[in-house]
Amino acid sequence: MSLTKAQQLETYRRMLRIRKFEEEGMRLFTAGQIPGAYHASIGEEAAIVGACMALRDDDAMTGTHRSHGHPIGKGADLKALMAELMGKKTGICKGRGGSMHLADTTVGIIGESAIVGGGIPLATGCGLSAKVRKTDQVCLCFFGDGAVNQGTFHESLNMASLWKLPVVYLCENNGYAITTSVAISHAQQEVAKRAVAYAMPGITVDGQDVRAVYDATSAAVARARRGEGPTLIEAKTYRFEEHEVGLVCPAGPYRPPEEVEKYKTHHDPVVLYRRVLLSEGFSGAELESIEKEVAAAVQEAIRFAEQSPLPDPADLYEYMYSNPILYPPKRYARA
Amino acid sequence: MSTPATHKASAAAGYERITYLDAIVKAQIEEMERDPRVIMMGEDISIYGSGDLIARFGSDRIWPMPISEPGFTGVGIGAAITGLRPIVDFNIASFMYLTSDQIINQAAKLRFMTGGMIKVPIVFRVCMYYGASIAAQHSDRPYPLFMNVPGLKIISPTSPSDVKGLLKSAIRDDDPVIFFEDTKLWTVKEDVPTDLDYLVPIGKADVKRTGSDVTIVAISGAMRPTLEAAKALAEEKISVEVIDPRTLKPLDMETVINSVAKTGRLVLVENAHRMVGATSEIAAIVAEEAFESLKKPIIRLTAPDVHVPFSPVLEETLYPRKEQIIAAVRKLL
Repeated sequence: MSLTKAQQLETYRRMLRIRKFEEEGMRLFTAGQIPGAYHASIGEEAAIVGACMALRDDDAMTGTHRSHGHPIGKGADLKALMAELMGKKTGICKGRGGSMHLADTTVGIIGESAIVGGGIPLATGCGLSAKVRKTDQVCLCFFGDGAVNQGTFHESLNMASLWKLPVVYLCENNGYAITTSVAISHAQQEVAKRAVAYAMPGITVDGQDVRAVYDATSAAVARARRGEGPTLIEAKTYRFEEHEVGLVCPAGPYRPPEEVEKYKTHHDPVVLYRRVLLSEGFSGAELESIEKEVAAAVQEAIRFAEQSPLPDPADLYEYMYSNPILYPPKRYARA
Repeated sequence: MSTPATHKASAAAGYERITYLDAIVKAQIEEMERDPRVIMMGEDISIYGSGDLIARFGSDRIWPMPISEPGFTGVGIGAAITGLRPIVDFNIASFMYLTSDQIINQAAKLRFMTGGMIKVPIVFRVCMYYGASIAAQHSDRPYPLFMNVPGLKIISPTSPSDVKGLLKSAIRDDDPVIFFEDTKLWTVKEDVPTDLDYLVPIGKADVKRTGSDVTIVAISGAMRPTLEAAKALAEEKISVEVIDPRTLKPLDMETVINSVAKTGRLVLVENAHRMVGATSEIAAIVAEEAFESLKKPIIRLTAPDVHVPFSPVLEETLYPRKEQIIAAVRKLL
């Protein structure tokens, strides 16, 4: 199934929304307006958006600590995401989640786990739930190359294949778990080949080519919806920025600077897709109009976040329980 | 909540005489029949424990699990987030260390971390086997570790009625609940209400026996020797009030503090290890908030800070016994 013209423009729009959101976010982080840590998705836009475009609005998703791209890729509004990064009351997680956990349930995200591999069983359970509830929803499970060495990866893929659950496992393989390369940590470096062990299809795609990711994910989603079970997709991608903004590497670079340059120069997914669209007859004006619109949306999100109130420390205990019982704990002292 | 009479030959109308273990099974079956969103997951569950559940509920609701504790715990959590209400059976409590990342980092935290967007209505069943010569890797009573985790609820009923009522409340609750079962209580029998909506509220302690001289708070399997001790002491006209917290998180300290205000003396009994146990927390709160009520120092009786040994002669000295409880009460008088 190929993308309609409108969907192609939407694909470009979402990739660009991630790129611009992240560029501005990094600037705000460096300026001290965003606390904590900042893990940018720049470079991985095609892997994210290509996969998300293969989903229906009512399909579910799980993500990772590099969590900004996933909700944007699934179509989330930018304002509550930026407000969350700034720790505001209007943030998508009310200032309780922050940069590593931008789980926007309004677009079907059921978790962005900063415990590497922690979300893989959740996605599998979402698939089990869809099967029990007899819906034809699919869950797309994002994780990185580091996560495939977690036991939860092995356990989850076994169960999903055993029960033919509607889950698409999508590995954003950017080659490095912080500084640890796939080369020094994976006995089987081709992640997709691990699918053989779970009796499911394993597909490798160029994660910088949004159409390749879309095509592979669409086929996997269709298979999942037909009740034929899960697929493991390895999208070979690259993060253009450090693991997190400001990461210090006292022992020197863990990846060759020329490798980073090569990807930035020749494998920028946004640049590549723009080129494809132009070569296929989209006008420069059409794309520029999207670029302007995205820039404006990011600025509007920043304004919204800046003008939003901070959470009230008096509300600290809010959102702990759906059904609070004796909570927050009472003091019995006389005074 | 008063305990129904326990010495009748046959149950009165509206009650049935069943064991603690039967009560677990009945609560689950009744809730599964009431609510199609309730499913069960766990190792060997289609063979042991609850009869032929697959024939009764179908394979879409009874999920025998591979040996993948961290994975299937997360699967249960994912299913809970997306519309089901799983009961996840961990079988032996010592296995739950494997699952603790998913319980603590996902189930307990997701609602808070998403500003209330996600809820995780799930019950983890954890069976504490001990005193059975199965050695340290099968004999733990790990509830104190999980009491330290915000976002969880923890129940530890000791009577069949409370098991049924609290497990039903847990299954109907929208938050993650851990149910610590105690095999030392499996055979306890009493008349249990047959009402399908018989619920015992989470977070409410029960006074199992009223008294005026000493308060004893006993947790889970420690309730059995405690009630025996209280009975023996009553024959000597020593009046002991016995409290079962029933829920360990949140702790109903009001009931304990009111009792201590009356007796001025407190003995705490549990079978978990001594350091930072449930009794440590209860003692700390009483010391902080009801110190003036105390006429004597608090006494704690617990398992020592040592692993559960294999040899029966070593293990049988580990958990507080009736005689020790009686001696502790006498020491306070």
